[in-house]
Amino acid sequence: MSDALTDDRDIFARTAPLSGAIWRDGLLAAASWGVAAALTYAMPDVITWGATDLFALLTAIGAAFFLAAALVVPRLSRDAATLRHYGPWFIAIGIWFALWELTTAKLGWLPKPFFSPPQGLLHVYVTDWDRLLICVAYTARLWGLGFFSGIAVGFAAGVALGWSKRFAYWGMPVLKLIGPVPASAWIPCTFFLFPTTFHASIFLVALASGIPVAILTAAGVEQVNRAYYDVARTLGANNRYLIYRIAIPASLPNVFVGLFMGLYYSFAVLVVAEMLGAKFGLGWYLQFNTAYSAYANVYAALIVMALICAGLVRLLFSLRNRLLDWQKGIL
Amino acid sequence: MALAHDPAFNDRTSDGAAAGASSIALDFRALSHRFSLPDRVLPVLDHITLSVAPGEFVALLGPSGCGKSTLLRLAAGLESPSAGTVTENGRPIAGPDPDRILVFQEATLFPWLTVRKNIASGLEARGLLKSHGHRIDDVLKRVRLEGFADAYPHQLSGGMAQRVAIARALVNDPKLLLLDEPFGKLDSLTRLSLQKELLQLWKASGFTALLVTHDVEEALLLADRVIVFSDRPARIVAEVAVTKAHPRRRDDADLVQLRQQLLTQLGVSADV
Ligand SMILES: Nc1ncnc2c1ncn2[C@@H]1O[C@H](COP(=O)(O)OP(=O)(O)OP(=O)(O)O)[C@@H](O)[C@H]1O
Ligand SMILES: [Mg+2]
Repeated sequence: MSDALTDDRDIFARTAPLSGAIWRDGLLAAASWGVAAALTYAMPDVITWGATDLFALLTAIGAAFFLAAALVVPRLSRDAATLRHYGPWFIAIGIWFALWELTTAKLGWLPKPFFSPPQGLLHVYVTDWDRLLICVAYTARLWGLGFFSGIAVGFAAGVALGWSKRFAYWGMPVLKLIGPVPASAWIPCTFFLFPTTFHASIFLVALASGIPVAILTAAGVEQVNRAYYDVARTLGANNRYLIYRIAIPASLPNVFVGLFMGLYYSFAVLVVAEMLGAKFGLGWYLQFNTAYSAYANVYAALIVMALICAGLVRLLFSLRNRLLDWQKGIL
Repeated sequence: MALAHDPAFNDRTSDGAAAGASSIALDFRALSHRFSLPDRVLPVLDHITLSVAPGEFVALLGPSGCGKSTLLRLAAGLESPSAGTVTENGRPIAGPDPDRILVFQEATLFPWLTVRKNIASGLEARGLLKSHGHRIDDVLKRVRLEGFADAYPHQLSGGMAQRVAIARALVNDPKLLLLDEPFGKLDSLTRLSLQKELLQLWKASGFTALLVTHDVEEALLLADRVIVFSDRPARIVAEVAVTKAHPRRRDDADLVQLRQQLLTQLGVSADV
């Protein structure tokens, strides 16, 4: 009897302050998504384009999800911090969908073929997903080979440039000269230098990602506080130790700045790299569909690319946070 | 004590002579040093001649900017003198060596390493971490930072960082310890206890010690000999032997008198 009583009180204590509470942003998100769904479903299309009903259905499901979340989230034992954090974004996306829908398919203010309503993009994903997937795989291979070889060479070159005066004397001017050269300018000589166009493409991606890494690593190594070297030398460190255990860790914050820049540049250069006779790939897909004015396909591929890039940035951030743990509180 | 009497660590002094084996005789002969600045030459040390016997504890006093830190850098082998020589046991000092360790005026901890790894860095650089890693806990205890082994330098106070820097030197069991105002940033209580620790350690392991300080009392409490430098370029203006046996009391009549004498030599009135 008394047990039951305490149990009751516990439950009461846990839920009482929250009972009746609602995740307000969730509710607003449900509203904005609901409006988008209703608009899409109820208004006639001025421009018919693809999967209108499917898009209405998906946004309605989104609205239902946020409605449920608005009610459930306050009652969860652990608080859904990430979900809450992005609440305002969910609302904004709903509003964005509604406006997008209105200005394109429903009112026709933004004309075909340059703009596509959301259902136009959805239609691309529904009908062309297999080709997109193959393109993602091809791009992943090209990007992976180019990016990783680029940053490896760039990092090694950067350390050498930052460490050795003689290396810097010859290397820095060269690096500064080739740094700003646009990737497309390399195409003629890559054709000559590399056995296949695939190798040439890899080279372009590697160059785009390697140069910022090299420049920032060099700057980082050069800026290392000399006192660290003095301390290490009195403690018996040899040159090897000074490079690997002092210069490199001390310049790692800079290296990461270079890696972020290299990541962005490598994505920007994909289109050019895949101009060199590639048969598949997101960059190729973009060009191919631009040529046919299939802008919905272009937007659809751009979104995929942006999402992949954002995911990689995120990965890089978590790697940085792990490696630069010691910086917390300094920055 | 475990630190000082670790026979394994001292096996590099295989000649086995008792007293002087784990210490160094340091000789500065007509040592002058200047720095070339963009617009002029800055003379910093002027004909310094000073012999430090193996196992001796010498304190250096002098006005700010006169060249004390520079003298220690020369002894550590981080810099080579413009004129004159610095020798250890008769051999010219050509470069840094873990037998001669300098504790810098600034703690200069490696910010990317934890306290423990900072202290371990000397052993690691010489490949001694496996065999002598246990010493790290000893020195951590000595500087009272057992609880902070896994902290990063930015989480330490200035005084704690300085203690880590001292521990980072001590763990290598140096034969010559060069200390550049090591207690300058510490509160007076920690300073007292660390002075005592240093003294015990010095007695136990018998290294040669060269201590730069701006604290006349500290010099008199610790050193066998106190050297007073002039303003830049530094010359030796006074040399005082402190023969009083340890433990010394700061209110000891002889020491008080010496203190007055030294303060006068430094150009400071004693009754501030
Ligand atoms: N690397 C350097 N290049 C040029 N000048 C230097 C250099 N190192 C020191 N100096 C100059 O040499 C002089 C002596 O410096 P030092 O650091 O030895 O003084 P100090 O006696 O230790 O002073 P303090 O008690 O304030 O620490 C100063 O005037 C300083 O400006
Ligand atoms: Mg100094």
